[in-house]
Amino acid sequence: MTDLPEHPDFLWDNPEPRKSYDVVVVGGGGHGLATAYYLAKQGITNVAVLEKGWLAGGNMARNTTIIRSNYLWDESSGIYEHSLKLWEGLEEDLGYPILFSQRGVLNLAHSLQDVRDSVRRVEANKLNGIDAEWVDANGVKEICPIVNISPDVRYPVLGATFQPRAGIAKHDYVAWGFARAAHELGVDLIQNCEVTGITTAGGRVTGVETSRGRIAAGKVGLCAAGHTSVLARMVGLDLPLTSHPLQALVSELLEPIHPTVVMSNAVHVYVSQAHKGELVMGAGIDSYHGYGQRGSFHIIEQQMAAALELFPVFARAHLLRTWAGIVDTSPDASPIIGLTPVENLFLNCGWGTGGFKATPGVGDVFAATIARGKPHEYAEPFALDRFTTGALVDEHGAAAVAH
Amino acid sequence: MQLIPCPWCGPREEAEFHYGGQAHVAYPADPSAMPDEEWAKFVFFRDNPSGPFAERWSHSAGCRRWFNAVRDTRTHDLLAVYRLDEPRPVIS
Repeated sequence: MTDLPEHPDFLWDNPEPRKSYDVVVVGGGGHGLATAYYLAKQGITNVAVLEKGWLAGGNMARNTTIIRSNYLWDESSGIYEHSLKLWEGLEEDLGYPILFSQRGVLNLAHSLQDVRDSVRRVEANKLNGIDAEWVDANGVKEICPIVNISPDVRYPVLGATFQPRAGIAKHDYVAWGFARAAHELGVDLIQNCEVTGITTAGGRVTGVETSRGRIAAGKVGLCAAGHTSVLARMVGLDLPLTSHPLQALVSELLEPIHPTVVMSNAVHVYVSQAHKGELVMGAGIDSYHGYGQRGSFHIIEQQMAAALELFPVFARAHLLRTWAGIVDTSPDASPIIGLTPVENLFLNCGWGTGGFKATPGVGDVFAATIARGKPHEYAEPFALDRFTTGALVDEHGAAAVAH
Repeated sequence: MQLIPCPWCGPREEAEFHYGGQAHVAYPADPSAMPDEEWAKFVFFRDNPSGPFAERWSHSAGCRRWFNAVRDTRTHDLLAVYRLDEPRPVIS
């Protein structure tokens, strides 16, 4: 019998939690790991990331890896374009491959109103220095030849916005890259450690109760995506969030046939081809609240019907697997980042269906917010109090998946 | 596919129904006297528990009537189904 190959070195340790940290980050997904990395990079290294399961095993492992910054409003352009610029240098920064592929994204328009909204968004993007163009149906066909642009379908393709710098990255590698780099800078990554309580004294956070004991903390940052409402309730904080299952699926491996990313808000499917060759497809969210990490079959059925109309060539592809992540959606389809009524407790949530693209950007912005104790300029518009003041950042039209 | 027991039509497939969000959210009694914080709560803030949750459903492809249900958001199990004018059942 031949020997098994030697096991590669692990990218990070699994330390026992210490009694106390300067900063505890709750949630070991992309946002939590990136936040810890950017905290450590600015010298705040007495940091723990607490993950109830395994690192990056929640939404980070369940998303469709699309990266873009073609949002409508200046506030969103600020943070998403900041993130895209960080993506463009991330492989060198982390010293780790993330397979970032700027293959562009097409957001399809299927009605006259879609066309008007799309052209408006392209112009808004240009004003914010973001690469964007409007292409007609023939232009769509040129960029992605397998798209069906026949006018004889229920929702014909009338054109699309195109952002050439958009693309995909390998989500697991992104998480591992951040985890390795944070670990090397001295951050403790603690898995199998569920936060069961948040302790406060005199309106100020003092630490967390966990399945592995009490951990004192000077500051606590929440990066738990779909489960943030549950954590916030531990300190009596209500949030304008609802958690829903969001489903995705992949096909078997295929030859390279799909050169870009295609998204359709109207018929609710978004497709790219992974580096190995799977077609990766996302659906809309299930309508109901849910934490079960599984969704409804009829959502997948609608998504497949839409995919087949847009891409008749997919008809013989076999579905390999489906899954769901739990996304926390906010009323204006924009995230909530910043301070809370509890001193030193910081909030990063409400990314809905589109948190992955923000990973490096929000890591940087949230780390700065935690370090300074006041919102980073890109976080400022996304404060919790906008739901009282009415200064919403309504991005339903650019979120690409209806919330 | 999940079967949802409509109080009038009996168990039907989930695809026949439309979801209406949290149940028992009453319109403000005195809207003009309400401060912004409370308006924000009424308009934007909804319960989001991991566990039993009282919510509204409409049997939109059937009898087209609204009803309430208590559903466990972790398992999707429907623990109770009741009419709009009935109080939320106590679930042990």
